Amino acid sequence: MASKSNVLDQPVQPLNDAAGRDEMIRFENVSKIFDSRGERVQALKDVNLSVARGDIFGVVGYSGAGKSTLLRTINGLEIPSTGKVLVDGADIGALNGKQLSAARQNIGMIFQQFNLLLSRNIFQNIAYPLRLAGVSKAETKKRVYELLDFVGLGDKAKAYPEQLSGGQKQRVGIARALANRPAVLICDEATSALDPQTTGEVLDLLKKVNREYGITILLITHEMDVIRKICNKVAVMEGGTVVEHGGVYEVFSDPQAPVTSRFVSSVLDHRPGTEAIEHIRKTHRGQLVQIEVKDEGSSDPFLSRIARKRNVDFNIVYGGVNELQSRVFGSLTVELLGSGPDIELALDDLAQVAEIRKAG
Amino acid sequence: MGTTNWELLWPKIWTALLQTLQMVTIAMVLASIFGVLLGLVLYSTRPGHILANKFVFALLNGVINVIRPIPFIIFIVAIGPLTRAVIGTTIGTNAAIFALTIVASLSIARIVENNLVAVDPGAIEAGRAMGARPLRILFTIVVPEGLGALILGLTYMMVALIDATAVAGLVGGGGLGDLAMVYGYQRFDSTVMLVIIVFLIILVQLAQYGGNALSRKILRRG
Repeated sequence: MASKSNVLDQPVQPLNDAAGRDEMIRFENVSKIFDSRGERVQALKDVNLSVARGDIFGVVGYSGAGKSTLLRTINGLEIPSTGKVLVDGADIGALNGKQLSAARQNIGMIFQQFNLLLSRNIFQNIAYPLRLAGVSKAETKKRVYELLDFVGLGDKAKAYPEQLSGGQKQRVGIARALANRPAVLICDEATSALDPQTTGEVLDLLKKVNREYGITILLITHEMDVIRKICNKVAVMEGGTVVEHGGVYEVFSDPQAPVTSRFVSSVLDHRPGTEAIEHIRKTHRGQLVQIEVKDEGSSDPFLSRIARKRNVDFNIVYGGVNELQSRVFGSLTVELLGSGPDIELALDDLAQVAEIRKAG
Repeated sequence: MGTTNWELLWPKIWTALLQTLQMVTIAMVLASIFGVLLGLVLYSTRPGHILANKFVFALLNGVINVIRPIPFIIFIVAIGPLTRAVIGTTIGTNAAIFALTIVASLSIARIVENNLVAVDPGAIEAGRAMGARPLRILFTIVVPEGLGALILGLTYMMVALIDATAVAGLVGGGGLGDLAMVYGYQRFDSTVMLVIIVFLIILVQLAQYGGNALSRKILRRG
């Protein structure tokens, strides 16, 4: 604990990540304890994370993992019990009311239930943050129509939220969050109330926000598919702590924590489970081997090469290969047929060129 | 029944109608002002709300809870000394208006609080996330979002006020209720009573219709 307080006493230096981009959000030893009627719930335990400018950073976890609380510390809707959150260099917990209000205009937020103002039409909803920021009427009008065009709702200015579909409401939410040209956009389960088709459209829009405006995005979700589709970085949370974090490709292709494996297998079902193996075993009695496919830029047709050399036959019985962050990875489960010694030799050869594991 | 002298009665009914309208309108306008203000304070100072303040909330909440259950017929007599101090007399229409205003203000405060509490917390959170300060959230998010339901609540109050004016006769406030009591209850002239009841029903219907229409207009959002 003594060393921790020393760290906190030092002035905060902006950090640079490996790619040389500067840091946009930093969580430093963030803990949060809720104390309701004598019952203490620790929502966050010593979270440390860094989000670089331009990242689309996904935090994934089951409900109750603390991800929503973590997200809310970024714009001060929750203040950490200990530790601090820095956004664009500012210590959010140390700001007074007026400063926090100003900081929040630099942090757009969208919500699972959209949270539009039902008593105002779409134009007025998007104009609301601009009026808060004291933007002139003429400027507001120009900006609102610009945003409506950006989110593809140019004809809905006069409509009321109740008249829009879920996907359209979230588009309005995004336009409203972008009104004051924030540096950061935080998304609280922004697609969880939407159907798969609409989810895809909203995710594409978020990607466009990131690409065209260079806005750093931090999103939380319980759907690994959302992470796979748009994030470049991911953190996995469980029980208030970050159990694993890193590049999306690295975490997906080589998950360390059990919870991460569960999340990955929820979207990428490359490896057979026990039930699938039992089922395969009914028809395939040869040696089963699981071969991990990694993007290594090699064009070696190793499977057929080794099969020919060792005089074994192979049969692909399970597997899949996906593209992630423009790289491919996956896993194939193969049945090897031949004499026992030949199969052993083939396995040795395979182990030299790929990561393999005997299955079944 | 044949003994009813309508030529003499119509002017009385007319005067009583005007007295009722006067009492209801003035009490309603004053009570709306005080009640909405009190309601906003009550809502904002609730634990966990935008300007949470235990002391102010407990005080206001306590006063409302003590006074509201008192039957109006007792309350109007009980506050006689206060009425005399403020109005100068304990009898007449103005004295009745004074008592009506107090009771209606406290009821409206509660109605306002209840309706605003029902406003979607998500809308308030969105306001905070956009950087709106507490008072701004109160007046540009909470009140507009709760307005439709609020109008219905105020309509309910207006009907309750028409009802309460019947008791005003007790302090010489006059009004339709008083007339109905005098003729129907004390003189057993049920025809007059029925005529007055029809007037009261029409009044209540008009108030309810107006309130519904206004609320619908607001809820239809423009």
